[in-house]
Order: sequence, then structure tokens, then C-alpha cells
Amino acid sequence: MTLQEIIDRLNLTVLTEKKDFTAITPSGVYASDLLSCVMAGAHRRGLWITLQSHVNIVAVAALLDLSAVIITEGSTPEPDVIQKANREEVTLLLTPAPTYTVAGKLWELGLREG
Amino acid sequence: MKTYTAELHVHTVVSPCAAVEMIPPLIVDEALSRGINLIAITDHNTTANVAAVQEAARETGLAVLPGMELQTKEEIHLLCLFDTLEQAEAWQAHVDIHLPDLPNNIDYFGEQFVVDATGDFIRREPRLLITSANLSLENAVAGVHRLGGLAIPAHVNRKAFSLFANLGFLPPDVPVDGLEISRHITPDEARRQFPQLQHYPLIQSGDVHFLHEFLGANRFTIARPTIAELKLALQGQAGRRLEIRPAEKTT
Repeated sequence: MTLQEIIDRLNLTVLTEKKDFTAITPSGVYASDLLSCVMAGAHRRGLWITLQSHVNIVAVAALLDLSAVIITEGSTPEPDVIQKANREEVTLLLTPAPTYTVAGKLWELGLREG
Repeated sequence: MKTYTAELHVHTVVSPCAAVEMIPPLIVDEALSRGINLIAITDHNTTANVAAVQEAARETGLAVLPGMELQTKEEIHLLCLFDTLEQAEAWQAHVDIHLPDLPNNIDYFGEQFVVDATGDFIRREPRLLITSANLSLENAVAGVHRLGGLAIPAHVNRKAFSLFANLGFLPPDVPVDGLEISRHITPDEARRQFPQLQHYPLIQSGDVHFLHEFLGANRFTIARPTIAELKLALQGQAGRRLEIRPAEKTT
């Protein structure tokens, strides 16, 4: 499953600069809003679902080389967060859906923990 | 220069999680009985009982700084400390705009009593105080500083409502005045466990929800109990300093 398919199927808004998302296949999925847990538990090159939109999500995503961060509940990041994500080449995706719904849809698409 | 034994994180009965004994005269008596002569009143998202505690402490030798324990939108607890009631009330007005208008559920969260200096009931605070204001950590720190206050993330070593748990680390460009550790850890242990602490001044607090939780672990050497003096002590400047050690119980 490519990131482009995930973006299309879940109708996600791409907040950061476009990349060739058809070339990215996330390694797994992790969901948490505690960044300390994410740093310990998320998969390298995986997807991360969270409603945190603080600038530290960019640092965590860069640290783990995540495929993308899916920000839920329409929790729109500040412009400086998006700028930093672009500098770090981190992809931020936004949805009005809650974390549970996003996780459920990804599971239905066949993505498992990793 | 004078030594102040300080407890900078004290709740009153307006915090739904605080014990009913946390009324102004008992707070003042308990602090003084432990040799504590400087406290800050820091209820969740409110300054409603600050003036009552200040009045109860008048001419007792206990200095009472107005404050608040703000919950940011990242669910981080931030101590906001001020010199004057006017500054604290200006901060309250700003926080009020960003607090959701949810009613308190007394059965789940507890009573939120606003009281007078003797501890007598004035009113119930109807809004739920144990919730996040829609203010980011960065915005909150900047807002407190604009009003001349101190901003100190609370109990950073804990698992809940903590800077390190929720955000992983403190972004280096957020100018907090210090970091607070809880009673559950020593400063040395905390610095080992969280290497980032080495770059910031530390205070230790009892996060006092019950009278027996006063620690008085902070010994400030300062000229007077003001925000400017505390700031100098946190930075170890101009002969001001802060030492953390447990208070001796005098009763």
C-alpha cells in the first residue's frame, strides 16, 4: 500500500510540500499523543496518527524517518510547524476524523502494526 | 539578603482534586508550622482563591505569590507565577478566552469552591477547571512573560500532564524560567533520567493538594520575595541563589 493510496482512500489533506507519494510504502502504523511513547514505540518509516500539532511532532517524525504524520480531529498546526516540516522533509497530513476512525480505516486497508 | 523556604505549587479548594482542608487559614498555618515563608497559590486554570490566601497570610510573615497551574493544549501543566493580583487577573482574563465552556461534573471531578480568607464558602466555580485551555506551550510562556511573570513547566518527571511525557522534550527556543520536579524523585535522579534538565534551573514542589503534602524544598537566597528576585536566583545571578533540600518539620 503506497502513501498516495492511503491519502486518496482516507481523503487526507497534504499540508506540506508534495512528494512522489506513490514511491513511499509505510512500514507500519503507530497511534499515540504522548511523544515520549512515540519515540520509543513507533516504527522507522512508519505512519504515525496523533492529534498533537505541536512543533515537536516534526522532530519526532524526522528522528524516526516516518513516512508521514496523520494529524486527526482537524488539529491544524501553526504555519511555523508546517515550515519546519518542509525544511525537515517531513510529510504532514490532516483529517477531521478522530484517531480511532483513521486507525480503523488503515486496518481495513490491510495495514497492520508493522 | 534573606533565606526563603518556598513551596511554589499549592492548590486550594477551588481545584476539584484538592482536599477540602485546603482553605486559606489552614494553608497559612501549615506552611508557617513547617518553616515555609514563601508560597505560590497555583490552582488549575484559575486564580479565584489567591486574594483570600493573601488576606489570610497578612502580617503572618508568609509571603503569598499569585499564580495558576495552566493546562496547555498539549495537556502540559505550566506554573504561571506573578507579583501582583492585577497581573494574575490579567492572565486569568486571557486564559478564560481560551478555556472551553464545559460545566464541572462534581461527581466525577469534585467540588470547586471559591472561599473567603476564613475559608467560608462564597460560590462554586461552575466551569470545569481540569481541562486544557486552547493555548500552546509557546503561547502560554510568551503570555506569562508579557505580563512580567515566571513560567515553569510542572512535574516534568511524571507520566501525566508533563512536558517530557507529552512532548518528548522541550524545544530549545521556548524560554521557560525553570522546570519543576515532583516529590517522587531527587534532583540528582531527575538529572540522570532526563539529561535535558541540565540546561535549566530546577525547583522541587509538593504539588500540594493536602496539607501534609507541603515540602518546602526550595531555599531561595534573595533580597525580597518578588518575581525579579526569584528569576535572579533561578539563574544564580547577582548573589541570589536557589538550593533544593527538604524542609525541616518544626511541629
